[in-house]
Amino acid sequence: MDLTQSTASSLLELLGTGQLTSVELTRHYLDRIATHDARIGAFLRVDADSSLAQARAIDAKRQAGQPVGLLGGLPVAVKDVIAQRGELLTCGSRMLENFRSPYDAGIIERLTAADAVLLGRTNMDEFAMGGSNENSAYFPCRNPWNTACIPGGSSGGAAAAIAADFAPLSIGTDTGGSIRQPAGLCGVTGLKPTYGRVSRYGLVAFASSLDQIGPLAHTARDAALLLQVIAGHDPRDSTSVNAAVPPYSQTVTQPLAGLRLGIVPEHFAAGLDGEVAAAVKSAINVYETLGASVREVELPHAQYAVATYYIIAPCEASSNLARYDGVHYGRRAEMGPLTAELAAERKELLAAGRAADAAKVDNNLVRMYRQSRAEGFGTEVKRRIMIGAYALSAGYYDAYYVKALKVRRLIRQDYDRAFEHVDLIVGPVSPTTAFPIGQKANDPLAMYLDDLYTVSANLAGIGGIAIPCGMSAAGLPIGLQLTAPPFQEDRLLRAAHMFQTATDWHTRRPKM
Amino acid sequence: MSVPYTTIIGLEVHVQLSTATKLFCGCGTRFGGAPNTQTCPVCIGMPGVLPVMNGRAFELALRTALALNCEIAPYTKWDRKQYFYPDLPKGYQISQYDLPFSFDGWLAISDPKERFPAKKVGIIRAHLEEDAGKSMHDEATGRADSRIDLNRCGTPLLEIVSQPDLRSALEAKAYLTELKLLLEYLEVSDCNMQEGSLRVDANVNLHIDAPGERLAKTPIVEIKNMNSFRAVERAIAYEADRQYDLWRERQIELGQPGGHKTTRGWDDTAGVTRPQREKEESADYRYFPDPDLTPVTVTREQIAAVRDQLPEPPPALRARFEAQFGLTPYDCEVLVSSGKPMVAYFLELAGLIGDGKTAVNWVTQDLARTLNERQVPLAEFPIRPPALAELIQRVQAGEFNTSKAREVFEAMLAQDLSVADAIAKLGITRVDESELVALCEKLLADNPRIVADVKAGKLQAAGGFVGQAKKLNPNVNPARVRELCLELIAKMGS
Repeated sequence: MDLTQSTASSLLELLGTGQLTSVELTRHYLDRIATHDARIGAFLRVDADSSLAQARAIDAKRQAGQPVGLLGGLPVAVKDVIAQRGELLTCGSRMLENFRSPYDAGIIERLTAADAVLLGRTNMDEFAMGGSNENSAYFPCRNPWNTACIPGGSSGGAAAAIAADFAPLSIGTDTGGSIRQPAGLCGVTGLKPTYGRVSRYGLVAFASSLDQIGPLAHTARDAALLLQVIAGHDPRDSTSVNAAVPPYSQTVTQPLAGLRLGIVPEHFAAGLDGEVAAAVKSAINVYETLGASVREVELPHAQYAVATYYIIAPCEASSNLARYDGVHYGRRAEMGPLTAELAAERKELLAAGRAADAAKVDNNLVRMYRQSRAEGFGTEVKRRIMIGAYALSAGYYDAYYVKALKVRRLIRQDYDRAFEHVDLIVGPVSPTTAFPIGQKANDPLAMYLDDLYTVSANLAGIGGIAIPCGMSAAGLPIGLQLTAPPFQEDRLLRAAHMFQTATDWHTRRPKM
Repeated sequence: MSVPYTTIIGLEVHVQLSTATKLFCGCGTRFGGAPNTQTCPVCIGMPGVLPVMNGRAFELALRTALALNCEIAPYTKWDRKQYFYPDLPKGYQISQYDLPFSFDGWLAISDPKERFPAKKVGIIRAHLEEDAGKSMHDEATGRADSRIDLNRCGTPLLEIVSQPDLRSALEAKAYLTELKLLLEYLEVSDCNMQEGSLRVDANVNLHIDAPGERLAKTPIVEIKNMNSFRAVERAIAYEADRQYDLWRERQIELGQPGGHKTTRGWDDTAGVTRPQREKEESADYRYFPDPDLTPVTVTREQIAAVRDQLPEPPPALRARFEAQFGLTPYDCEVLVSSGKPMVAYFLELAGLIGDGKTAVNWVTQDLARTLNERQVPLAEFPIRPPALAELIQRVQAGEFNTSKAREVFEAMLAQDLSVADAIAKLGITRVDESELVALCEKLLADNPRIVADVKAGKLQAAGGFVGQAKKLNPNVNPARVRELCLELIAKMGS
C-alpha cells in the first residue's frame, strides 16, 4: 500500500478497519525520515524503538477489542519545546542539549491518552525565536519544496515534517506566527488556537502571554482532529480557559452558510509580493463563488503590531530565560579555566596598580552565570534577552513595556470592532514565499517584518489558520490566513475545509 | 540619660503563612525535610512549568490584612522581581509590586509600664510573595562547596511593611510582639522564629537636632533578616549608636553624596551590623506583571465573608475582659499575651465558676507556672477546666482554703487524679460546724492569755488560735477558725 499522499483522516480509516496497523504506519514514516530527513533536517531526534513500542501497544489494544483513542495509532511529531518525560528537551538550544524533562506536558498526556504515537522531536529556532529555522543551534531545517530555502520558523521542523510526509500530524507553537508562517511557506495547514484554548503546561515559555500550542497537518480536517485532542482546560495552567471543547473533527465538514469575510486594505499595500497578492486575491474569489460576502474592515493599529510585538515578546523572554543560568541544569561553563581566568584578570589589574578595577572583577558565581549564558545561547536569543532587559529596566519600563501593553489593547479592540461586521478576516500569511537560507540571516529587522501579518493575532489573543492557496512560479507554496474572534476555532476550521473542498492546493506534495 | 536624637524605625516583617502547600504548587511546606525532598517541577522552575495560585494562602493573607485594618485592592496582580541567585531557580521571585493586595492599615501598640505613649503604627502595605531556597556554603571541605536546598522555594510569605513610625528599640519590640500575637490569634502562621516563619528587616536612621533648629537626617540603613526580637532590639540600639558616632565624625546626611540607603546584616554573635551591598550597585529588579498568572479580583462579599470570620483581636479581648470580669489591665495583658488556647481555657473556667478574677489568678499563676515547669502545651495539659472549676468551687464553698487547693492541684497532676480522689488521698475532710465550735471552745479555754489580748483589742493575737487549730485538725479552714474564735470571744462579754 502506498501511504504517501495520505491524510490523517484517511489513515485513521485504514487503521480502524484493520487494513493497516500502527506499527506498519509508524515504520513507514520512520523509513521515510531515515531516507530523506538528512536533506531536510525536520527532526532533531527520532526514537524508533520507543515509537514502535507505542504503536505495538495501540495495535494490541485494538486487536483485543478495547476502545482506542481519537488518534488511534497515528504518529504525531512534536516540536522540541514541549516537555516529554524522560526525553531530551533542547528547545533547539545548546543551553539544554543534555536536559531531560522530568515530567510530561499537559498536551503530551492528552496525545498519549488519545493513542497517538509520539514519533520524534522536530527542529526549531532556538527557544522558538526566529522566522526561518536558521536559529536552531543544531542544524537548519530546509524547505521540502526547495532545500535551498528556509521552511519558516520557529516551527519549521513541524511544518517541514508534514510537507515532506514524515508524519501525518505535528505539534507546533505560535508566539508571533510560528505555526502559521512555516505552514504557509511549506504548503500545509497550521492553526494557532485562541490564547487559553490549549494548555501551555509543559511548553517551554518564550513569551508567556503570546505562546500557544497548535496543530499542523495536510488538511483542515486533520488539524481539527488534532486540535480536538489537545484543546481543553488544564488546572495547571491558570491562563487556560475552562470552556467546553467542540467536536471539531465532526463539525469541520459542515460548510458555513452566508460567510462574511473581511479584508484589510493595508494587508495588500507595499511590501507584499505580487504573486502572493494574486494568489490570496484568487483565494478570496473562491470564497465568493462558495457564497461568501467580502467587505473591507479596518485594523488601524495593525501598523504598530510588529513594534509592539518586538517589545512585549523580548521582555517576557528575558524573564523566562533567566532560569537558564547553569546552576540547576543545562549548560554550565567549566569552572577550572574560569577560576584561573578570574585570578589572572585580578592579578594583572593589581600589577598595573588598578586596585579599584581589580575589586570590580566578577566573582566566580557571576562569571559562571555570564560564561554559561554566553556559551549556551545563540545570537538571536541573546539579542532578544538584551532588548527585553533594556525595555524592562528602571526608567524605560513606562516608555516601552507599558506603552506596548496599551497598544496591544488597542489592537485587540480593533479586532473586536472588525468582528462586529465580519465572521473572519482573510489575507496573506507572509509577505513573500520562502526565501533562500542565509538571505536575511544578518538582517534581523528584515526578518522581523516577515511577521507583519501574523503577530496581531498573538497580541490580540485570537485564533488564526494558515492554508495553502497557491504556488509561485518558482514552485514555492503560498499561504492564506484566516483569523476569527476568540474561541471560534470551529469557524476557522470549517472555513478552511470549505476552501479545501473547492481547491487542491493542499494535496500538492514536493518531490522528494 | 536622654540622647540628642530620635531613632526612626520602619519594619518589614516576612510571615510564613500556615498553608499545607506552597503558594504556586502542591508541594508541602513542612519544616526540616531532607534537602530538596519537598520540590516539584513547578517550585524549582523546570522549563515549561506554570504557577497556579493557592487560594488558601490568599485567604490567610486577606484575613491578616483585614485584621491589620488595611484597605483591600479589588484587583491585584502578580509581578516578577528579577535577580540572579543560585537559590532562586527561576531567576525571578513572584511577588507584588505596584498593586499589593492590601495597603494603608495600622496596628496599635502600648506599653503596660508606660515607657512610651500608646500609638497606632501605620502599615504601608502587606503583600504576598513566594520564598526562595536556601544556600549552604561549606567551606570546611577546602573546596568551598555550595549546596542548594530548594524545599523552601515557593513557600507563601506575607510581607508586612510598617511606616517609619517607631521611635525606639522598645517600640519596635512592642510592635513585633503585638503583631506576632495578632498573627497567632488569627491562626495564619505558627510564627516560629527559629524555623524562619517570621523574619524581620529594620530600616533605621536618626533625626538629630542640628544647629539652627534644623533636623539632620542620617542615611537610612536596612538591617536584613533578623530572626529574633532580641536581635532586632540589639541591632537597632547598635545601629543608632553607630550612626550617631558616624554623624559626629562625618556629618553626612540622607540624600547627600555618600548619603544613600545601604544594607547591613546583623551578626548576632559579634553584636554588630556589617555592611552588605551598596544600594547603588544593587540589581535593577525589572519588575513586570507575571504573564503566567491571572490577576485576582476580590469582591466586597468575599471581604465581608472573611471579615465575619475574624476572631476577636487581642486589644478587643483585653478591653472585654476588663469590662466583663473586672480584671485589672495588668491581668488582661498577661492573660491575652499568653495566647489563644489560654484565653479559651480561661473563658471556660470563668464561665463554670462565675468568677473571672479567681479564674484569671489560677490561669495566669498556677496553670501558667505548671505549664512552664512541665514544658507541655496547654492542649495536652491533663487538668481540663471542669476539673479545675470543681476544685475552685470547693474552695468557694469553704471546704478548704486556697493553699490546700494548691496541694490538691499538685496531687491531681502528679497522680492523674480526679478532684475527689485527690482530696481523699490527701485526707482532707470537711470539718462540720459543731465540731469546729467545740474545737474553738477548747482553744479559748486553753488560751486565756490570747483571749485577754483579743478582748484588749489586739485582734491579731487571734492568729495564735489558727496555728494550734491546724495541729489539732489539719482539715480545719484557718479563716473560719479565726472568725469563729473572734465571734465566741465577743459573745463572752467583758
